[in-house]
Amino acid sequence: MAFKTFAHGIHPEYHKEATAHKGIEKAPIPSKVIIPLQQHIGKPCKALVKKGEEVVCGQKIGDVEAFISSPVHASVTGKVLSVEPYPHPLGGKVEAVVIQRTGEEEEGPQGNPGPPDLDSLTPEEIRKRVREAGIVGMGGATFPTHVKLSPPENKRIDTVIINGCECEPYLTADHRLMVEEGEGVLWGALAIKKAVGAERIYIGVEENKMDALTILKQKASAFPGIEVVALETKYPQGAEKMLIKAILDRDVPVGGLPMDVGVVVQNVGTAFAIYRALKEERPLIERVVTVTGSGIREPKNLLVRIGTPFRDVIEACGGMKEGRKKVIMGGPMMGIAQMDLDVPVIKGTTGIVVFGEEEIELDGYEPCIRCASCVEACPMNLMPLKIGDFGRLHMVEEFKAYGGMACIECGCCSFVCPSKRPLVHWIRIGKIRVREAERKVGGS
Amino acid sequence: MAEAKKDILVVSSSPHLRREENIPKIMHNVIVALVPAMAASLYFFGLRAILLILTSVLSCLATEYVFQKARGKEITLADGSAIITGILLALTLPPSFPLWATAIGGISAMALGKHIFGGLGYNIFNPALVGRAFLQAAFPVTITTWTPPLTMASVDTVTTATPLALMKFEGKITPYLDLFFGNISGSLGETSALAILIGGLYLRYKGIINWRQPLSYLLSILLFGGLFWLISPSRYPDPLFHILAGGAMLGAFFMVTDYVTTPVTPLGQWIFGIGGGFLVIIIRLFGGLPEGVMYSILLMNAITPLLNRYTRPKVFGELE
Repeated sequence: MAFKTFAHGIHPEYHKEATAHKGIEKAPIPSKVIIPLQQHIGKPCKALVKKGEEVVCGQKIGDVEAFISSPVHASVTGKVLSVEPYPHPLGGKVEAVVIQRTGEEEEGPQGNPGPPDLDSLTPEEIRKRVREAGIVGMGGATFPTHVKLSPPENKRIDTVIINGCECEPYLTADHRLMVEEGEGVLWGALAIKKAVGAERIYIGVEENKMDALTILKQKASAFPGIEVVALETKYPQGAEKMLIKAILDRDVPVGGLPMDVGVVVQNVGTAFAIYRALKEERPLIERVVTVTGSGIREPKNLLVRIGTPFRDVIEACGGMKEGRKKVIMGGPMMGIAQMDLDVPVIKGTTGIVVFGEEEIELDGYEPCIRCASCVEACPMNLMPLKIGDFGRLHMVEEFKAYGGMACIECGCCSFVCPSKRPLVHWIRIGKIRVREAERKVGGS
Repeated sequence: MAEAKKDILVVSSSPHLRREENIPKIMHNVIVALVPAMAASLYFFGLRAILLILTSVLSCLATEYVFQKARGKEITLADGSAIITGILLALTLPPSFPLWATAIGGISAMALGKHIFGGLGYNIFNPALVGRAFLQAAFPVTITTWTPPLTMASVDTVTTATPLALMKFEGKITPYLDLFFGNISGSLGETSALAILIGGLYLRYKGIINWRQPLSYLLSILLFGGLFWLISPSRYPDPLFHILAGGAMLGAFFMVTDYVTTPVTPLGQWIFGIGGGFLVIIIRLFGGLPEGVMYSILLMNAITPLLNRYTRPKVFGELE
């Protein structure tokens, strides 16, 4: 019973049963892909191809000279239709390379046979190949992975944690990956460990994925220095800081990074992408996406080419049911509601959750009755009722004084609030106001 | 391609999942939790109890309606909060309290205790206790005139003293079993510790209250009551008596746990409970009144905004 975990958090209904036991299926290769030149946190790429140019699947088509950035690759063979601003699932329009598929290929790029084993690669080579493959954090954060694999000299990393929590309700992409591609995940974990010079690896998995835990434990016994840890099923167990707390009992300082406590955390999807990049020299051109929710006719775990329009992915799952819908990229707790189904799947698309009428709530909110549910739910130990109001009322100093900038936007507070107050929304406003105020001070 | 089908997509900021809990559900559960105490009042004091409760609730609802109507606000009588105030006020009154005066209590509870501050969520003081305090000031004699329960052996007397008054003014201690079950004279719903406890456990089971608030209050009463008892057992009653007599139980489970008027931080809740318990003992043993629960909670209500401010929990990873 006593699985490791962190303090506070919530127990939502997980609704994972629709796809948890469905094997990963290959989605049809789309006739057109849209590859945004920014699918990562950092500097956007510049297009390396022009309209009308022929590209082959796996070819690098965007890159930029910057450490915190990550190149993008063609995910089909075809002809560049345009390089233009295109709707992006994270909001707004972003410069993107639109490719009309001409190739008949179904299997994707023929990767070169990679190195026979990890011993033949130096940490520097691992980082270089990870960067060239365009790998970013695939749990949704999309931070360039090679940057995380390059800790500064003064930060000694002793532990790698592979994040297999998948604490977001509805999502099962990581779950299936662990069950079906456990070896690749473990191999990728070893590569990460080598790159950062760590001593040990923990793989944290919530105990609602017993099959994944069993398989990984079995396979991990072949590798030295890997421990698979069963964690309590509690949201947001997969948040970096909560995961490190649960496994190592270390507190990442406010405003700090896992490396400040000697840890690098990588998602299982990222570990698997590293495996394919190193072992098969395949760049990141596809990923597993959970397509589910009450508005989807046939929920599935799909292996989808990056750049596939949401519409095509949804069609591959039997389409949507009638009526109003909410289409979310990512999980329902932190995912982003989409305005347009033409947006493409990007490297950080963990899932596409479609909600029907019954889940769409657009009611207003009531006064705060100070029930303290949000205080008791907040994994960062904040007072969401306070910082939410400070954000809403643009009270910048108070917002900062109450630690508002430490909010990880996990959504626990809004979830529990009986008055249905949009607390995270207001806290986001507060953060924007603080940054604006700081820019003003810095600029004057 | 895309033109073929226009989908109606709803957009809002995350999270897209909400717990099913809402204000009416919470309030209705609190009303359910008050049923045992109301049933006990019916058993011990007869139909008079129901009349008092009804009068109090109706006057609260009517006052809320008038205020919301006058301010052009949404009418929220159905959320149950005014009903709770009405029940709690009635439960703190003597069974023989006049109905017209009860209505005045209900009106002052809602007007002075709640709506003058802006309604639900904005008030500083527990509305039921504001009403009770108003009545205490307006009718000091009537509100301390007690009739014995129907179940009490000697019903030849018209009025009796409460266990706290017996203790304070005559040095008499009432048997614990009578205190626990409620076979004593006292306010309508405060006499039966058992009935209140059942309601309190229900609230805890439903996750509506935490342990911290009622326990800190009761433990503090035990602690400070016990302290004085140890100093002079002949002069001061033992700590268990303090818990079972008067409004300590009702206060602990239904007023110290009130969301709006008590702290939101764990440390603030401890301080509220401990401070409140201390005040109960001080007022009971050294004040002019036999009972101190009402003022202990009202006084702690007053410092709740301060407690919230100065007991902010340390942020995860905050360096000190």
